[in-house]
Amino acid sequence: MNPSTKIVQRKEQNMKVIDIVNWENTTLLAGKDACEKTISGAYSSDLLSDVMGNADENMLWITIQTHKNVAAIASLKELSCVVIANNNIASAELIEAAESEGIPIISTSMSAFEFGGRLYQVLHS
Amino acid sequence: MELKYKIQGGNFNRAGYASSEVKKVLKQLNVDPKIIKRIVVALYEGEVNIVAHAFNGLATVTIDAEKIKIVLKDSGPGIPDVEKAMELGFTTASPAVREMGFGAGMGLPNMKKNSDFMEILSTVNVGTEVVLMNYFSK
Repeated sequence: MNPSTKIVQRKEQNMKVIDIVNWENTTLLAGKDACEKTISGAYSSDLLSDVMGNADENMLWITIQTHKNVAAIASLKELSCVVIANNNIASAELIEAAESEGIPIISTSMSAFEFGGRLYQVLHS
Repeated sequence: MELKYKIQGGNFNRAGYASSEVKKVLKQLNVDPKIIKRIVVALYEGEVNIVAHAFNGLATVTIDAEKIKIVLKDSGPGIPDVEKAMELGFTTASPAVREMGFGAGMGLPNMKKNSDFMEILSTVNVGTEVVLMNYFSK
């Protein structure tokens, strides 16, 4: 095999949850076995019906909501993972539900705006 | 096939249970994933409405070869003005419910958008019955 093929730049189509976990200022809180999931895009909202109505499969969800229903929505919508912005603390019930549903929950010190901006650059560069 | 799910008013921890179970059944029946997605959104919003507003309720789901019919019946305060309740952004949810990110006045519009048929029958101080239907073929 051509050695140059080993150097693979991750493109939009194959960005994975683990790539986000490996960023500085992010911490994985739950769902470590589901980090190979692909991220197709992202949706940023704290209104749950907005996410239910408008987010799509395999999207990363940026929010400051920390209760258990976040896991239910991520699971029903088959989102790739949830990023809790601004160091908001995920509830124990959310962590437990996310573990059993296999949904990665990632905490970040970045605001939703900063995180979203950075992710947008990576996905659309 | 008929499935029934009890929904307890005020218990947000269980919101989404019926949607999750119905999703599994529809997947097993090989229903088009796009149609499953719409049904799941509509049913989830219906569950949350009962949890947020009513005392208790029951979701009765009937599935045949061509469609799914969901009847969400609750005992609760009822809806005084259904037309107003259907307006995007109108809500009567409590501040606590709104703080959780629910009660943005998007639930009923989401249900309407994600169903092929929707009907609301409500009596103030008695309860509300919402009928949803989705067809499996386009």
